[in-house]
Amino acid sequence: MNPSDTAIRTQGLTRRFGTTLAVDAIDLNIPRASIYGFLGPNGSGKSTTIRMLCGLLTPSAGNADVLGLSVPGQAEALKHKIGYMTQRFSLYEDLSVRENLQFIAEIYCLPRSRRIQRIAELLKIYRLEDLTQQRASSLSGGEKQRLALAAATLHEPELLFLDEPTSAVDPQSRREFWETLFELCAAGTTILVSTHYMDEAERCHALAILDRGRIMADGTPKQLEDALDAIVIEVETADPARARPLIAAMNGVLSVTQLGIRLRVLLDPHLAEPAQRLRETLQQHDQASTTLLTRPSLEDVFVAATQGRYRRGET
Amino acid sequence: MNCITRLLAIVHKEVRQLRRDRLTFGMIIGIPIMQIILFGYAINTDVRHLRAGVADQAQTQLSRILVQDAQASQVIDIVVTVPTAAALEEHLRRGDIAVGLYIPPDFGSHLQHGTRAAAQLLVDGSDPVVLGAARRLAELPVQYHSLATQDTRTPLFEIRNYYNPERRSAVYIVPALIGVILTMTMVLFTSVAIVRERERGNLEMLITTPVTSAELMIGKILPYILIGLIQVSIILALGVGLFKVPIAGDLPDIYLAALAFIAANLSMGLLISTQAKSQFQAMQMTFFFFLPSILLSGFMFPFDGMPLPAQKIAEVLPLTHFVRLIRGIVLRGAEIGELFGELRALAIFTGITLTLAVLRFRKRLD
Repeated sequence: MNPSDTAIRTQGLTRRFGTTLAVDAIDLNIPRASIYGFLGPNGSGKSTTIRMLCGLLTPSAGNADVLGLSVPGQAEALKHKIGYMTQRFSLYEDLSVRENLQFIAEIYCLPRSRRIQRIAELLKIYRLEDLTQQRASSLSGGEKQRLALAAATLHEPELLFLDEPTSAVDPQSRREFWETLFELCAAGTTILVSTHYMDEAERCHALAILDRGRIMADGTPKQLEDALDAIVIEVETADPARARPLIAAMNGVLSVTQLGIRLRVLLDPHLAEPAQRLRETLQQHDQASTTLLTRPSLEDVFVAATQGRYRRGET
Repeated sequence: MNCITRLLAIVHKEVRQLRRDRLTFGMIIGIPIMQIILFGYAINTDVRHLRAGVADQAQTQLSRILVQDAQASQVIDIVVTVPTAAALEEHLRRGDIAVGLYIPPDFGSHLQHGTRAAAQLLVDGSDPVVLGAARRLAELPVQYHSLATQDTRTPLFEIRNYYNPERRSAVYIVPALIGVILTMTMVLFTSVAIVRERERGNLEMLITTPVTSAELMIGKILPYILIGLIQVSIILALGVGLFKVPIAGDLPDIYLAALAFIAANLSMGLLISTQAKSQFQAMQMTFFFFLPSILLSGFMFPFDGMPLPAQKIAEVLPLTHFVRLIRGIVLRGAEIGELFGELRALAIFTGITLTLAVLRFRKRLD
């Protein structure tokens, strides 16, 4: 890849807090004008990595190159080019929507006419026009999120970091939010978004699955699903609660997840006749069942990855 | 239902948390130690070693004995010798001396005839403790009582109380109170300023923008300067209106002194702010700064009465310099130029603390 097409490149990026290894030797290569996801449970190092890439935390080891600038050395120059939407709402609760945007516009030293124009644009794009006089504290989760995104994109950054942007937002707002992200991306903005929602991860152009500070898998959602080193079988049975521990105890079973009356089972791909063995095991305990071999989903990849049973694909 | 285990669980948890909150734990130990040392040791209303000046126009053997006796009493330390009473007054106004000993040319004959007091004590009455000490000095038994044919009912000294002849406490309390109130409010306001942004999560957003440390620090200070000046005006207006405090000096001088003092306190508050982890910690640290300021600055107890180590600490505190400035300007009518040293001390304090605050503040989370 041509270096100018790369937004973020890291090698062995590591961060320790005392004796805890929060981020463990992460290598990233994120192309410009794409949406890249960090998928991982709480404490997997998503926020710490984002903070290092913004220059807010000093890496313990490794190096990072963001928009051609070395971080944290050139962090101050980088700050003109990036927007960062923090996990927690970080604008001023006691200022109104308009006052918050004005403050941010002034902090970035936008010329006066440009400030007025840009704030008007953002109020329209993010549907905040009717809320301009409202204090941020009285906004709903979705409104706060729109305000935060408006503030983070006010100075038209080349690169946008979004740390779990949709955690306090209803599904409808999430859909709209992602539409906005694709519009920003189409206009050339690179977006790095962390999430613990599968459906959001699936929308990313590419993503990395993080667990305990390490990248367990990365690639496009399709690549990850194709490269999953497991087979997926859905089992339907009358008493899934009883069937579940029986299946989990079988050799070669990686995980069992209950989905309503069905059980979704991840198995070792080298297992011979997996579906038949599942039915037999349940039959031994007087449980009739039907099985269906299905295509792996990203959630299966995530489950396998966070249990350490995923082989990194050739991406 | 009461349950002793539940009660003990709360006690246990509380003690555990207290032990881990090092600052609170430090206050539990530190405040009694600080208080007892300050009150018991540094604060001494039995004042000795008041800085004094002498104008001996008699220049006789008797007048020299008088000066020596006064010195030997240890109530005063003679730091300047000047030719005239006017020069003594000048030093008194500048605050160089607290007591002036004036011996007129006709000292000998007054002493002989005993018609009136032979010498004068010029006292800075803006501090009541100093005035009290001067009274003791006036009652000093001096050797030459036997030598002279003086009527013992005529006092040797006539006390001339400068700047607060009616000895009203409001007169010396109110001007210095400006300083006390400013210390309390200014340091507190700014000490929580950065911490509050950190606690509410605003700081993470702010440090991702191109804003510089100096912009952030100075921007935080500026609005409070105005607030401080408003407070000064309120206290002054009340002091004059309600307590009839006479203002001998110029108003612009008062505001200039207040400005320098406000800047010093705001910088101190910011420094605390860059250090504290929570708003509560910031308030605790503010208290630690406030306590010695109140006790050592000369607001409550005269500076001259304190032992040298306490005086050295007091010299670092902005309130000490402001109390000297404001009493000088308001009560003694001194011009700010005459008190330049105090102003410079405040400027140095501001410069150092503000620089430290800017340096301590990192646009980082680690």
